[in-house]
Amino acid sequence: MASVFTGAPPQGGPGYSFKQTPTVALSGERQHSFYPYTDNGGSTLGISGADFTILAGDTRSTHGYNINTRYAPKLFKIGGEGPENKGSRIVLSVVGFAADGDALKERLDTIVKMYKYQHGKSITVAACAQRLSHILYNKRFFPYYVHAILGGIDEDGKGALYSYDPVGSYEREQCRAAGAAASLIMPFLDNQVNLKNQYEPGSGTGHDLQAKLAQPLPRKDVEDLVRDAFTSAVERHIEVGDGLQMMIITKDGIEETFTPLKKD
Amino acid sequence: MDSLVAQYTRPAFSEAGQSQEEQQGLSQASPELSLKFALPPVAQSASWLRAMTDDYSNPNCPIKIAHGTTTLAFRFKGGIIVATDSRATAGNWIASQTVKKVIEINNCLLGTMAGGAADCQYWLAFLGMQCRLHELRHKRRISVAAASKILANLVYSYKGMGLSMGTMCAGVTPQEGPALYYIDSDGTRLAGNLFCVGSGQTFAYGVLDAQYQYDLSDEDALELGRRSILAATHRDAYSGGFINLYHVKEDGWVKHGFNDTNPMFWKTKLEKGEFSNVTADLV
Repeated sequence: MASVFTGAPPQGGPGYSFKQTPTVALSGERQHSFYPYTDNGGSTLGISGADFTILAGDTRSTHGYNINTRYAPKLFKIGGEGPENKGSRIVLSVVGFAADGDALKERLDTIVKMYKYQHGKSITVAACAQRLSHILYNKRFFPYYVHAILGGIDEDGKGALYSYDPVGSYEREQCRAAGAAASLIMPFLDNQVNLKNQYEPGSGTGHDLQAKLAQPLPRKDVEDLVRDAFTSAVERHIEVGDGLQMMIITKDGIEETFTPLKKD
Repeated sequence: MDSLVAQYTRPAFSEAGQSQEEQQGLSQASPELSLKFALPPVAQSASWLRAMTDDYSNPNCPIKIAHGTTTLAFRFKGGIIVATDSRATAGNWIASQTVKKVIEINNCLLGTMAGGAADCQYWLAFLGMQCRLHELRHKRRISVAAASKILANLVYSYKGMGLSMGTMCAGVTPQEGPALYYIDSDGTRLAGNLFCVGSGQTFAYGVLDAQYQYDLSDEDALELGRRSILAATHRDAYSGGFINLYHVKEDGWVKHGFNDTNPMFWKTKLEKGEFSNVTADLV
């Protein structure tokens, strides 16, 4: 029996079910831990450009050292019509606990659809982003175990990307990696997208060096960066692999691509 | 013709599907800015939440919440200076270097963010809503004292639930002049001339207390705010990134940039000879 609030999931097998959890305070020192979360691994990544946003995620789903499936998408179209989400211009990516991620996606999708029915127009990404923050914060005391990234096209036609922590603090950014391999991918993105620690050639040495200024990247370059980021992460992280799902959002719609990754 | 048709026809299945109320219920499942929060099905939800999210008491906690860090604000003859760093950390991981820790509540009220990033963002947005409602109801702007008290009472009602925020409300109103309040998640609410909040507060206080005078000129006051945050980013590992500077004046606040600390540090060192403990030689 797991000790009091170690925060560690029970060894092997799923967590305790809700019914087994005591709902009244126990007398004495014995307490059961309540651990409703599982980490399903995987990684996601988003980059926004001048007139597009790319979101990507691997499709492996793990539980501990087991691979449960090689195709579990982490990217979801939000607010489109029908089962294929036609006409959608917003994509949500979630990584962490897949069940929470799924619940979050369903919530946001319902709200975005209801918004369209009630107002007769599609929600803007800015509004959708704020709404997602509030959905996450509504579970401040029982959080969704997810790192969400939301992508779309803003009202000026520019690529928009928002990243979230599990309880809903959010920020608009140029690029963001989340999930198991975030610590492997994010430094690469800082260097290649925001040109951190890169200097103008010939601007001198030492304190004279002029930092390079980040410019929005063309779509082709971004797609290559995403693929490089994931193939590299697969080499060094056990929870990342199998397949790479990419969604490219432009004013004309969402293009979805799938690239195989190593399956070992 | 179309308008006639529209007038005398109605949807064939008006009764089918969801009624207006049911639709409302669906879309209002979780009101946007509400005070109703989901709770875990356990007896001690606060200690459960702590076990899951408090990386201070349990470094292996599964959910790492982004935290904010050094912020300062001080009153002087020209108004109020508000300055912050921009780093957010989740455990040892730097979650972001570009956080906007000054929250614009309205065009003459600012809030700052230290502690839980989501707590500050959400509740200061909520405060912004309450301030706007006050304005509409009473036909004049809310005082900083009243605004800060709304927030203080609010967080006090959640005391012990695990909120984490240390915030300052700065604003200028005709009845109060420049006013500055400190509010934290314990329910503390203090009026004062000078506050620093966050893990880098001690380092910022060191510089600010040494140089602070009420009669500072606008330029000197801005420079002091910037320099105090720079000192904190230098000595506190949880602070860094960019310096966000604001000046609150009688006719609203003015933003004075979001600047990278690294070039600022070298400029301060090389041009003013400060930070002499750091070597500038390139071996």
